[in-house]
Amino acid sequence: MATFNLKINGETKEIDVDPSTPMLWVLRDHIKLVGTKYGCGIAQCGACTIHLGDNAVRSCQLPVSAVGEQEITTIEGLSENGDHPVQKAWLEIDVPQCGYCQAGQIMTASALLKRNPHPSDTEIETAMNGNICRCGTYTRIKTAVKTAAES
Amino acid sequence: MNTVKTKIDRRTFIKNTSLAGGGLVLGFSWLNSCKPKEAEKLSAMEMPEEWFQMNGYIKIGENGLVTIMSPNPEGGQNIKTSMPMIVADELDVNWKNVVVEQAPLNTDLYTRQFIGGSNAIRFGWSGLRMAGATARQMLKEAAAMAWGVPVAEITTSGGIITHQTSNKSASYGEMASAASQITVPEEVPLKEIKDFNIIGTSRKNVDGTKIVTGKPLFGIDTYQDGMLTAMIIHPPAFGLKFKSMDDAEAKSMPGIMNIFPIKVLKDDYVRQHFDTCTFLEVVAIVGKTTWEVMQAKKTLQVAWEPFETYTEERVPYGRSQYTMTIPAGLENSEVHTAKMADMATKKATEVRRDGNPETAFKKAAKVVERTYTAPFLVHNCMEPMNFFANVKENSAQLIGPLQKAELTEHAVAAQLGIPESNIDIQLTRLGGGYGRRSYAHWVMEAALISQKMKAPVKLVYSREDDMTGGIYRSTYHVSYKAALDADNNLTAVHVNAGGIPESPLYANRFPAGAVDNYLAESWSIDSNITIGSFRAPRSNFMASAEQSFLDEVAEAAGKDPIDFRLELLKKAKENPVGERNDYDAERYAGVLQLVKEKSNWGNGDTSLNRGISAYFCHNSYAAQVVDMRWENDKPIIDKVTCAIDCGIVINPDAATNLCEGGIVDGIGNALYGELTFINGVPQKRNFDKYRMIRMSESPREIEIHFVESDVNPTGLGEPTFPPIFAAVANALYKATGKRHYDQPFVF
Ligand code: FES
Ligand code: FES
Repeated sequence: MATFNLKINGETKEIDVDPSTPMLWVLRDHIKLVGTKYGCGIAQCGACTIHLGDNAVRSCQLPVSAVGEQEITTIEGLSENGDHPVQKAWLEIDVPQCGYCQAGQIMTASALLKRNPHPSDTEIETAMNGNICRCGTYTRIKTAVKTAAES
Repeated sequence: MNTVKTKIDRRTFIKNTSLAGGGLVLGFSWLNSCKPKEAEKLSAMEMPEEWFQMNGYIKIGENGLVTIMSPNPEGGQNIKTSMPMIVADELDVNWKNVVVEQAPLNTDLYTRQFIGGSNAIRFGWSGLRMAGATARQMLKEAAAMAWGVPVAEITTSGGIITHQTSNKSASYGEMASAASQITVPEEVPLKEIKDFNIIGTSRKNVDGTKIVTGKPLFGIDTYQDGMLTAMIIHPPAFGLKFKSMDDAEAKSMPGIMNIFPIKVLKDDYVRQHFDTCTFLEVVAIVGKTTWEVMQAKKTLQVAWEPFETYTEERVPYGRSQYTMTIPAGLENSEVHTAKMADMATKKATEVRRDGNPETAFKKAAKVVERTYTAPFLVHNCMEPMNFFANVKENSAQLIGPLQKAELTEHAVAAQLGIPESNIDIQLTRLGGGYGRRSYAHWVMEAALISQKMKAPVKLVYSREDDMTGGIYRSTYHVSYKAALDADNNLTAVHVNAGGIPESPLYANRFPAGAVDNYLAESWSIDSNITIGSFRAPRSNFMASAEQSFLDEVAEAAGKDPIDFRLELLKKAKENPVGERNDYDAERYAGVLQLVKEKSNWGNGDTSLNRGISAYFCHNSYAAQVVDMRWENDKPIIDKVTCAIDCGIVINPDAATNLCEGGIVDGIGNALYGELTFINGVPQKRNFDKYRMIRMSESPREIEIHFVESDVNPTGLGEPTFPPIFAAVANALYKATGKRHYDQPFVF
């Protein structure tokens, strides 16, 4: 066990966990931020995507000990009132079916748009290809990313 | 005017659940779950001070805010929005003044709280309309009484009750208290279809905001004070059972509370249809946090041994009890393939015969004969199986994602030795279901672990546990043979279908009824690999084979594939063969004609590689055209055009989304879906090996066209899934010149 002071969604959280614990489980089990989802645990599905600084990362592969001073943003902290342009676009296009993958999709998409505000179709596909949507909402996700890019 | 009786059989469908002495109802567990803050966000109104219960579906606040309970669990089909829309339309309220809540399992208040078979809306339709119409009638009667005017002169609109002659009006909120005291009328008027103003208009997902902001909605998001986390270890291979374990090291690891084997079902328990249980005994590991339990799980040494052939007593849906044999052995996919090919050469159980197929084949000018196969498939719900259980001495609270809660309640009660009436099941949103969450062995496991630990427990499967845990789509094999006469008329069809462990055959589906000479045979081979409902079980394979085959027969006959199908459907309509044909040939032809028109089929554009397919299942009709390009040895699907006839469409944009999902899912499974076995061991355990369709592989564009219809709504979750397999296969043929017979097609 070790103590970590983590900067999550603009707040500092002190937690006492095994240093190997992935951020996914720190967020879910210890901080009760459950918007970040478990899908595969091996960086294949994207359900657990969070932002480390400005980058989208797979929290299931990020040990808490590797975070250090870097800012973490989860779906809960993406915007104060659920009005980040990507969230708004998601609602406008009514993207979700079951919804389980969508937090991860939104975190990947928002990181992409921060880096590249006007991505091409191919750039969207490349960025989003790591996020599985078992319900098959891909065409809507693509439309929503473009909608967010235009706003 | 349409009226409807409020009784079904002898059971009063709509109950007046108000308590005596004022309409305010207390004591319903879900009343507490409507937290003011959430409701404020969702509706245009403030939370009311008091709620008045009209029936199990509706409560109305004194300020006119309406809460509608959505009876069936939501797994992405949009029913949490669409079902309340039906109630709200008949109630005649403004949708913006409606908040929706998920109802818990309550067999007194609701019927059929299932999801499966694309039936939630189909079977819910009348009851939901009735719930809304009954409450509206009671509000009208309350106003008539208050104003001393005849109820027949009272009208409603958008939550306002009006008596024009006397110039009186009141909101539903003002009349709610009085209305909730009125005896439920025996018969109530329903709206005419033309008067619907919510049904048929697109409304946003009621959980949309919660989903995009990461609120706890799913079973796996359940956390309670003192809650422990549990995981299980099941045998690594089908055919093995628990023998012994060495848990000394694992037990001493940080955060670990206990490790023990559990028997999932009691020996003498007679199983219902959805009580399929792959592994009768599993090892439970219980600890404080998920990561700690995962670490201990890796350390645990468990020994397994082969089991002997055994039998299970089962009572399937609507059939009498039978004995099922589970054979011993460690099975191999290669052996499966060989066994199926061998079975297909033998005479099997004849399921349907029309005319004289043998003679027709003898006389044929041309015979086309083809064989199609498909592997086992995994559901791979993105939310792995999980459930929360808090089992006390003589009661249990269970929370989580579940498709068939009513049946699960019975099964859990039997395993725990607690009466069904003391088991409370709360339904969360499902992170995908597709049939997998109908088989609730993991609910049993969670409950038994909680009972043993005397503590609240959340059981979570790892992705690997989930993928290697059975309840798959069967592996199948079908051979088709068609006879054409000298004029290229289809004179005979012979279908021989089977699988391990079930046959996929639907003998009375198209092209049965459209061919004079028809023979359908069916067979199956026992296996210890468990199977369960999948999206459009059996149909998904039969459609892929039949519609690929018809494409090839059309080609052999020198006919356009759509015209060829239409010609057969014309015969099935005008001059049907046999009496048990389970499809409506006119509606079937309708979707083909619509897709032909919308896709500009036959527009002479030879640069397009196009595949057509159409299928009827779950009471709906779907036809699809795939436009494919071939680039860098890979298929690119530019566009899918889909026509669907599912009767009245409740929420068009959400319905479109669901159809798009069925299509993408189907393309993914056709191209990549596969699970194979070596010595009983599933060869894929996670998404690194089990290939799921990704954004770059899904269609660039999907266009969904609904047939306008006044027919009561039918299935939508499944019908777009089966035909797309063949539309892809037929487009692949155009793109590559090669027919594809064995799934997955993989590129
Ligand atoms: S859970 Fe992290 S990528 Fe799947
Ligand atoms: S919406 Fe269900 S997995 Fe994406």
